[in-house]
Amino acid sequence: MSHIIVHIVLILGLPPLLLGVIGKTKALFAGRVGPPLFQAYYDLAKLFRKGSVFSTTTTWVFRAGPIVGLVTALLAGMLVPLGNHSAPVSFSGDLILFAYLFALGRFFTASAALDTGSAFEGMGAAREVTFSCLAEPALFFGFLVLAKLSGSLSLTGMLDGPFPKGWGVAGASLVLVAASLFIVLLVENSRIPFDDPNTHLELTMIHEVMVLDHSGPSLGMILYGASVKLFVMGALLMRIVAPFESGNAWVDWGLFVAGMLALAMVIGVVESVMARFRLVFVPTFLVAACLLSAFGIVLLLR
Amino acid sequence: MTLFLVAIAILVFSGLAAIFFANRSRIATALGAGGALVGCVLGLEPSFRGLFRASAESLQLPWHVPGGAFHVQLDALSAFFLIPIFVLAALAAVYGGEYLLAYRDTKTLAPQWFFFNLFVASMALVVVARNVVLFLVSWEVMSVSAFFLVTFEHEKRDVRVAGWIYLVATHLGAAFLLAMFLLLGRQAHSLDFDDFAAVASHLTPASAGLIFVLALFGFGAKAGFVPLHVWLPEAHPAAPSHVSALMSGVMIKIGIYGVLRTMMFLGKPAAWWGPVLVIIGLTGGVLGVSLAVFQRDLKRALAYSSIENVGLIMLALGVGVWGITSGHPTVAILGLAGGLLHIWNHSLMKGLMFLSAGSVLHGTGTKDLERLGGLMKRMPRTGVAMTLGALAIAAVPPLNGFVSEWLIYMAMLRGGLEFTGVSRTALLLAVGVLALIGGLASICFVRLIGIVLLGESRSSEARHAHESSGWMTAPLGVLAVFCVVAGMFPRALVSIFSQTVEQVFGISAGDFTATLNSPQSPLAILGMLNVIVWSALILGALILLVLHKNSRAVADATWGCGYVAPTTRMQYTGQSFAELMVTRLFPKSLRPKTSIVAPQGLFPSDGKLATEYPDPLSCGVYQPFFERWAERFAQLRWVQQGKLHYYLLYFVVVLVVALAWVVFRGWVMP
Repeated sequence: MSHIIVHIVLILGLPPLLLGVIGKTKALFAGRVGPPLFQAYYDLAKLFRKGSVFSTTTTWVFRAGPIVGLVTALLAGMLVPLGNHSAPVSFSGDLILFAYLFALGRFFTASAALDTGSAFEGMGAAREVTFSCLAEPALFFGFLVLAKLSGSLSLTGMLDGPFPKGWGVAGASLVLVAASLFIVLLVENSRIPFDDPNTHLELTMIHEVMVLDHSGPSLGMILYGASVKLFVMGALLMRIVAPFESGNAWVDWGLFVAGMLALAMVIGVVESVMARFRLVFVPTFLVAACLLSAFGIVLLLR
Repeated sequence: MTLFLVAIAILVFSGLAAIFFANRSRIATALGAGGALVGCVLGLEPSFRGLFRASAESLQLPWHVPGGAFHVQLDALSAFFLIPIFVLAALAAVYGGEYLLAYRDTKTLAPQWFFFNLFVASMALVVVARNVVLFLVSWEVMSVSAFFLVTFEHEKRDVRVAGWIYLVATHLGAAFLLAMFLLLGRQAHSLDFDDFAAVASHLTPASAGLIFVLALFGFGAKAGFVPLHVWLPEAHPAAPSHVSALMSGVMIKIGIYGVLRTMMFLGKPAAWWGPVLVIIGLTGGVLGVSLAVFQRDLKRALAYSSIENVGLIMLALGVGVWGITSGHPTVAILGLAGGLLHIWNHSLMKGLMFLSAGSVLHGTGTKDLERLGGLMKRMPRTGVAMTLGALAIAAVPPLNGFVSEWLIYMAMLRGGLEFTGVSRTALLLAVGVLALIGGLASICFVRLIGIVLLGESRSSEARHAHESSGWMTAPLGVLAVFCVVAGMFPRALVSIFSQTVEQVFGISAGDFTATLNSPQSPLAILGMLNVIVWSALILGALILLVLHKNSRAVADATWGCGYVAPTTRMQYTGQSFAELMVTRLFPKSLRPKTSIVAPQGLFPSDGKLATEYPDPLSCGVYQPFFERWAERFAQLRWVQQGKLHYYLLYFVVVLVVALAWVVFRGWVMP
């Protein structure tokens, strides 16, 4: 029971910290001091208190967008195991629910963007749904490798059973899967080199441009939802890449948090040393991610 | 059984009665729609009883037709298809009454109601017929009455063309069916369905295979298997919307009924049937949804989505059959449950989408995406219903479409874990294809919702749209509620299919329900989670409401990046929304055909841009083929002289030849 509470507290509380760590890492590379580690929390607190502007064009769909995005990310967080602690909700087939919860969130954020009637937001929505459509097979192929290794169809079972010894059995497949999931993570969370979370300039507009017209609590929910999504998908990846277990349940929580912070630093490093790809290359990379994890399956079955 | 026949009789006679009021549109409508409603409601009761009964109820009456007998039987498989027919037809009749009244000044509505009721009655008869002659007669009545329904607005050229394509496609399919039944009849020395099943064990694998393939072509033309799908994107947009809903929601499923019924005749399925069905399903799914992504006509996009969904159903049934033949009952049960559930779900959600599209068409007068927009404000009830329908078809939780898609995924994942060798690899890679289909469907329906309902209106028609009356929005509400509830109680819903599965596939009803409740496939938990998702969404909405209440909200124009004179034409359009996907990732043959005449010279002349959305198969394969054969057959034109006495001469010649044949036979084999 106490572990479930820790799980919920971490899912609710930790995500904005990742944004802070990423920001600090990028500042370090750029030789700046950078915003404080807890900047995202301050931003959220401020946004939730602020007033909002609603476009006269919009309907209830525009207001529903942020809330659906946040709720689906949080619900998906209940399905994913953190470190070697099982998820609070786990059943055979939950991996499909996991993927489709994000699809529900995306459906509403993209619809909310189209609801403003703005050309920019329409553009962002079109790009978001197109890229996610290509990321979907990559995610499923990755799940298939894990399912095949563990013989289980639940996220907890998939990530609990074969690790860390899975690396000895099928290291090559897991490397491919981890690489492909990392690409999916960067795309789905609008990070460089696929999208730039700091701008909504035309060149980089995917996710940020979809939320141009949101303000106040709605914008806060979007920011929060995005960080939860990053956290949840990151937890999935970290369990594969760093399946460390200490034997003590509480130390494992510490290891997990340290792992997540390390992942945030890696993302910060990637964002600092890479330039954004041209938009037309994004689909190419996503197809490459699909092929990587499909190849992972083939390696496993040979 | 009596009640069922009474229902059919009410349908037929109320349609006939409507004919007598050709110049009194309201009376004709009341008679037609009222009769359809009463007939369908009465028909539901025996259908529900049939679903649960292990032994079928049947009725056999002699009939003065060679080889024919009025043999009908209501078993679990028939009942499984009768329920969506009656539910959707009842709602479509209520809706259609109001929908068609808009045409009462220009058109006679009575024939439309006659054919509508005949269409419903014949669909119901097709699924209970147990004699080849009765089956084919009902099949033909169904196809032809649908033709007359589709060509309601026959003064428009594209409607006539659509009707013609449909008629040709459906008769090509019927030709295959005739061949299949002749083969079966020769083996069984009878034209009764009961005798077919009895000879299943004597069939050689080759002849069983041949019959199966003929059934796939014959019934596939009706169900819209790729490459036999070409009539769907033509006929669905042309027909009145309640008819499109019925055709897409249930008529194409009758094709699937045919395939299942044929499999019952043929006994144990052969090993290659499952993979063949899976391939049919995946091609239909990928091609259907890819073409749905960029269509400009709202109803045409929905028609392509139907092709996709029939593909998903066949994929699921294929995995199920594959599971049976390879001895993996869990895979089989998951696949069959997913396929059957998707048949019902698709009837609900596609019915909902077509009726909503009809309401949009009714309120604005157009179904062109680039002329719509901003309808959520002017048509709030239609808007909400359509959004729910789109969520259901895009297969996102917590609606019913997600549940059937979840079962299909589970069947394939289980198969991927349990199968061995090549079939395992194939199935695992197919999971990726299914994920891609899901992603494309989500693009397609975000686009439809976003372009039709949200943003600013793109034309004056859309700006002056009006909400449809209660007669039209109430059926939408009913279907939307069904979609929501079916997502919450999937276990109860699926367990009522157990008799059907036992009857068709020989998997015992007990095993079926037990597998679906086991920890390996916890359908009940999924339903519960759908309820949790709903409550979490509502809770989140309440929190947001409280946050907004404490803060100040201002209404202002959408931010235009500093541009002061934005127009509605600057919005993203349906075409630009799909552009990235279509131009970057689709092969050229699938893309819409664009022709550009660019302005040239120092004083540029007018430029031109035209985009067409033809079906790649009909313009790439069928059209050239038929044109070539039309030329050859044109040489036989001299047969048609247009003079009565020539035709009388033909009759005489045929009669003489027939008599000569009889004499000759009597002489050779006394």
